[in-house]
Amino acid sequence: MKLCFKLSLTSLVAAVAALPVMSSAQDVTGAGASFPAPLYSKWAADYNRATGIKINYQSVGSGAGLRQIEAKTVDFGASDAPLKDDELAKKGLVQFPTVIGGVVPVINIKGISPGQLKLNGQVLGDIYLGKITKWTDPAIKALNPTLALPDAAISPVRRADGSGTSFIFTNYLSKVNPEWKTKVGEGTAVNWPVGAGGKGNEGVAAFVGRLPNSIGYVEYAYVKQNKMTFAQLRNAAGTFVSPDDSAFKAAAAGADWAKSFYQILTEQPGKDSWPITGATFILMHKVQDKPAQATSSLKFFDWAYKNGDKTADDLDYVPMPANVKVIIEKAWAEIKDGSGKSVASK
Amino acid sequence: MSSTLPAGGAAFDPVSKSVKQNMTNPPPGNAVRRSPLADKMFGWVAQGAAWLTLLLLVAILMSLVVGAWPAISKYGLGFLTSTTWDPVKNEYGGLVMIYGTVATSLIALIIAVPVSFGIALFLTELSPAWLKRPLGTAIELLAAVPSIVYGMWGLLVFGPILATYVQQPLQTAFGQTPYLGALVSGPPVGIGILSAGIILAIMIIPFIASVMRDVFDVTPVMLKESAYALGSTTWEVVYKVVLPYTKAGVVGGIMLGLGRALGETMAITFVIGNFNQLDSLSLFQAANSITSALANEFAEAAEGLHQAALIYLGLVLFFITFVVLALSKLMLAQLSKNEGTKT
Repeated sequence: MKLCFKLSLTSLVAAVAALPVMSSAQDVTGAGASFPAPLYSKWAADYNRATGIKINYQSVGSGAGLRQIEAKTVDFGASDAPLKDDELAKKGLVQFPTVIGGVVPVINIKGISPGQLKLNGQVLGDIYLGKITKWTDPAIKALNPTLALPDAAISPVRRADGSGTSFIFTNYLSKVNPEWKTKVGEGTAVNWPVGAGGKGNEGVAAFVGRLPNSIGYVEYAYVKQNKMTFAQLRNAAGTFVSPDDSAFKAAAAGADWAKSFYQILTEQPGKDSWPITGATFILMHKVQDKPAQATSSLKFFDWAYKNGDKTADDLDYVPMPANVKVIIEKAWAEIKDGSGKSVASK
Repeated sequence: MSSTLPAGGAAFDPVSKSVKQNMTNPPPGNAVRRSPLADKMFGWVAQGAAWLTLLLLVAILMSLVVGAWPAISKYGLGFLTSTTWDPVKNEYGGLVMIYGTVATSLIALIIAVPVSFGIALFLTELSPAWLKRPLGTAIELLAAVPSIVYGMWGLLVFGPILATYVQQPLQTAFGQTPYLGALVSGPPVGIGILSAGIILAIMIIPFIASVMRDVFDVTPVMLKESAYALGSTTWEVVYKVVLPYTKAGVVGGIMLGLGRALGETMAITFVIGNFNQLDSLSLFQAANSITSALANEFAEAAEGLHQAALIYLGLVLFFITFVVLALSKLMLAQLSKNEGTKT
């Protein structure tokens, strides 16, 4: 509660501070997903240095971001879970992806180093369903015939808060484990059959680090920065892959972005694809009440696509492939002002 | 205002001077009567402030009811007895969180009340004078530690200790005993109802202890000395003189602690495990509390039933605190009714 209060206070302060210059119709406010927040703030700072225009991004969570863009209190919303095309049409919104990230299963078993343990979706789902309870289970043994696993109970760890990370993870489990799909399903928060819940990536990481013989899932950036012990996963093509930038890019390349931006990049084809990959999205209104603000927002993202890839790499996000960026910028033509004129200017 | 007024004050007031000499209790000076308007306005402002609080309370209650209405109209009171919490299938019941909130607060009280009583008793009756101040200040300082620090400490330091030195031995000792075995079943990882309750106890001890100490301190020395003079032991003095004299304050202090325990969020989120199932009554089982569920799920909750169910939970918490407060008032009334009767 205190944290929420502090957050809302800082955003209030930010909003108030932005008020006097807002009238210049250039400064832009956005809100939503916390996963890309570090990147958006870095982009915003660089963009401000380059152009003098301020971008305020409030990291309030995907659900809250969606609520705020629907209420038109912000110029753009951000969400880790894409909206289906019919939902978008109903709400009069347009969405486009900005960067890609991966979700990675991490483990804490004594004597096992990163990438040694191999899992597949079926086994991962069964662990989180509470059906596989020991590391010596035959199903795990079958995937790791030579690995010495302890005869100990598995402590599954998952996110306690609603999050885009959980959405991507449960979406993957629903695709690869039929029982998961019928019993639990997918969502930013689900009815977890087992497991301790940690708050945020850092909460899950703390639990996994603390509980012996545990398994959890966190964003890739978290695994890399904290050098956590990840597990390899078998992808749709049947090969075991380790999570890294190229594996996420391979997953993104397989999607048909030209058809729709509603792409969830889990279990994508391709022998190098990491199976639990997801993009994060920006939401904007199709018909703009404040076209100048919308133009300003789009200029920012255009700048970010052209100049922001290195920043994204540094922060362990994966930039969109170049061909996808072209498709996205073409789709911006859909965003129009009241008279039907496109707001995207070159 | 009265006989203790310094005589010099009257020197500037020639009108009342003659009157004053004949009276031991002089009437108030003219200044008060000179502007009845200002007086009235002050009265209105003060009254307004009092009503504003009440208005705010009603407004909060109303906005909670309005926000929770979709859930209230769909589930009614069944919400309180259902254990399903499934955002995917859009089905909600609050029993898991309500149980978690009540159970952790109860554990906290069971631990905190005797300990706080001991602290207060030691500080007021037994402690050597030089120790009173530093010890008292140290306990008050505990109240200033941010709750998130307790949470992190609970998760990273206290949890493992509890798991290795308390939970695992308890499980080996009582695991096979009926009833008791059920209480200590579950994974002994130091996360769950018991650890949340203990962390809460540590958090509320400074509150209860400092209130108790303050009220124990105001017991008239004469009463205590008289009891000692009659041959009472320290325990008898505390139990038969100090406690009856201070019971309102003691109950108030306990209620303050309970209120804080019910509403605590951050520390609980870290150590309770945030597990929305109620498949055993084990103290070691991960669970969830109302505040923790709200903090975790509200930001990402989709508009509609999920959000309404969360607000409904908030309303339930509001109601629990209200009942606790009402019960404590009733208890106090009962206590004062029995005053003076022979026991």
